[in-house]
Amino acid sequence: MVEHFSEGSRHGAEISLESVDFDYGEMAMHFDLVIEPSSIVTIIGPSGSGKSTLLNLIAGFEPAKSGRIFIEGKDVTHAAPAERPVSMVFQENNLFAHLDVAANVGLGRRPDLRLDDADRAAIMEAIRKVGLAGKEQRKPEALSGGERQRVAIARALVRKRPVLLLDEAFASLGPALRHAMLDLVETLQRETAMTVVMVTHHPDDALRMGSTLVFLDNGTIAAKGPAQELLSEQGPPLLRKYLGAKDSDL
Amino acid sequence: MTPTISLKPLAGALALAFLALLAGGALLGLLSEALRGNTEGFAAFDSYLWRVARFTLLQAVLSMLLSIAFAIPLARALHANPDFPGRPMILRLFALPLALPALVAVLGITSIYGRNGLLAALLAQSGSEIIPNIYGLTGILIAHVFFNLPLATRFILASLDSIPEDYWKLSAQLGMRALAQFRLIEWPVIRRNLAGIAGLIFMLCITSFTIVLTLGGGPRATTLEVAIYQALHFDFDIARAVSLTLLQLTLTVAVLLLLSIAGRPTEEGFSLRTTARRFDRPYARARSLDTILILVGVLFVGLPMAGTVVSGLSADLWRLLGETQVWRAILTSLGLGAGAGLLATLISLVLVTAREDTANRRRYGTPGIFERALDLGASLIMIVPPIVIGAGWFILSRHFVDPFRLAPVMVVSVNAAMAIPFAYRILRPAWDTAASRHNRLCAELGIRGWNRLRLIDWPVLRQPLWIAFAFAMALSLGDLGTIALFGNDAVQTLPYLLLQRMGSYRTQDAAGLALILGCLCLLLMILADRGANRLKIREVRSDG
Repeated sequence: MVEHFSEGSRHGAEISLESVDFDYGEMAMHFDLVIEPSSIVTIIGPSGSGKSTLLNLIAGFEPAKSGRIFIEGKDVTHAAPAERPVSMVFQENNLFAHLDVAANVGLGRRPDLRLDDADRAAIMEAIRKVGLAGKEQRKPEALSGGERQRVAIARALVRKRPVLLLDEAFASLGPALRHAMLDLVETLQRETAMTVVMVTHHPDDALRMGSTLVFLDNGTIAAKGPAQELLSEQGPPLLRKYLGAKDSDL
Repeated sequence: MTPTISLKPLAGALALAFLALLAGGALLGLLSEALRGNTEGFAAFDSYLWRVARFTLLQAVLSMLLSIAFAIPLARALHANPDFPGRPMILRLFALPLALPALVAVLGITSIYGRNGLLAALLAQSGSEIIPNIYGLTGILIAHVFFNLPLATRFILASLDSIPEDYWKLSAQLGMRALAQFRLIEWPVIRRNLAGIAGLIFMLCITSFTIVLTLGGGPRATTLEVAIYQALHFDFDIARAVSLTLLQLTLTVAVLLLLSIAGRPTEEGFSLRTTARRFDRPYARARSLDTILILVGVLFVGLPMAGTVVSGLSADLWRLLGETQVWRAILTSLGLGAGAGLLATLISLVLVTAREDTANRRRYGTPGIFERALDLGASLIMIVPPIVIGAGWFILSRHFVDPFRLAPVMVVSVNAAMAIPFAYRILRPAWDTAASRHNRLCAELGIRGWNRLRLIDWPVLRQPLWIAFAFAMALSLGDLGTIALFGNDAVQTLPYLLLQRMGSYRTQDAAGLALILGCLCLLLMILADRGANRLKIREVRSDG
């Protein structure tokens, strides 16, 4: 079963945004960004700086005004969300409230839920991997906040898309739970080599994952680099100010 | 601090007493008559009665099924196409039947589907021999669907609007087709509210009076409400009226019990909220199917209204407005409507404040009998339908006075009672929110009595009070039920006069009067709607 699950999914995709423009009401945004395959990228920045918009552009929930978006070298600028090789986990409402855990994960295999035995096996395996074995028949209401997000991650696993987007997926969890979820994502990333892009409010999440950090400010990418470097005292002043450092002089 | 004696519970008790008297007096009248008549009253439970009861149920079930069967795909189509041209206008159009008096709608429907209507003209032009006949079950069903399809559509659309945007994102990412979307996302949400919506429509159709009176075709297509009216008005068969009324009462109570199990639909159906964004790209075929559905729906609801306007304008409006009888009817309608509106608003306000005051005193205990009675009193008219109250008082009062002399009092009280459930629901949230915000502050600052009313409560309540009044008055203006029983040459309202002109085949006059009546009701509803929107904007602001 393990073999079945990991077949063909051991790769990550490169994501690149070339001069992508987007108008969000009054605010104009501009993104130029390359995300290396199989990397873990953490996006931070003040609220309204365009973090979620960036993810929505990659997932296809927002249309780019101009510029081009590539995933795995393929131009997906005008592709519908389902045609893009990405899975996304939101902060809430990831699960359909009237479907049990197995069905919610199953939707990742077949969006009409007509599942065969191989599908069911893959679903069970994914549920086991996120640590929810035995809770397959539970409805979302009988799960804790952390468990619900685990189900969403399990669904992303059975979809086997080479990109996983996390939009403040763990923001409503307490510190210990959040760290456990980050560890889970890291483990799964090591196993599947998928590219992980996550938006968070906690800069230390970036350090924990040993990731690349992207700092957004006012709709553009203000800094990008290894999290260790950017978050050190030698980091860019704008980022220092966002972090609340006293020596930022801004 | 000296404990102040609150007048609120006392006023609440008085309002309850009035409502109890209104319903109780009617029931007393019926009961005493049933007992007085010994066996005669119950002997009237004959085959005619059962046939009427059966037809009442049949037409209500069919109306409900038809309305919902069409409302589900229509609401889906409207939801899937948030940028459909003129969509906000369509939603406004779907709100109009709610404001339209049944009698006006009946004339509009006749102008389209009637013997001399648009459909007949089209058929004749295409060389067809068929002459449409809408009298009987067909007409009743068309009229009921005309009223309830838009209602159901708005309720279902509100359910669909409550689906979180993330679900649509997910379904777009997972690549769900239309069928899977319906099965997995839309249907579960619709189903949750469906029992309540169906129950509401069933209830409205079972107590429908005007439509059946005007479109029903004699004894074969008549309902309990109309049969009660005919028994009292034409045959003066008290025994039959009593047994019909008791049957109607049993029926409504039974349906209400079922409804309370099914639960109420959420009341967001009356707002004009914009739909959440959808992220998938609909297929061309689905899109054109949606377009056809929406167009058919718009035509079905819009044509009778256009018909009302067109035939109303072709009537000799200037001559009509020159008639003293017409002016007297307009003034009588406005006077009685204003009276009913005031009474409904006042009683609702008293019930709302008394309930809040009592709930506030008990703090965390369970609601007492008085508090629950206040809530129940507001929806009394749902249990004892207007026609039952009217018939009961008609039967009771004839021992003491000429029932027709009671016309103004009865119209004002019964119409007020009809509007109270709505007015109560408009006022209660406004008052309860204001009270929870202000009670402690006012107690601390010592603002009480007149000062509190003037400085604190009135500014908050002004708008909802006005909305409740306008709504209640519009409802009363269009009502035919009570005035049909008590109306006479001395007291004629606009709907009563309209019915008379229809009865004497002065169709042109009827069309003109319908236009006048429709415009009056619409004007009040627009004013109420404006107020409601301002209220919403203010709430949003004070929340932010």
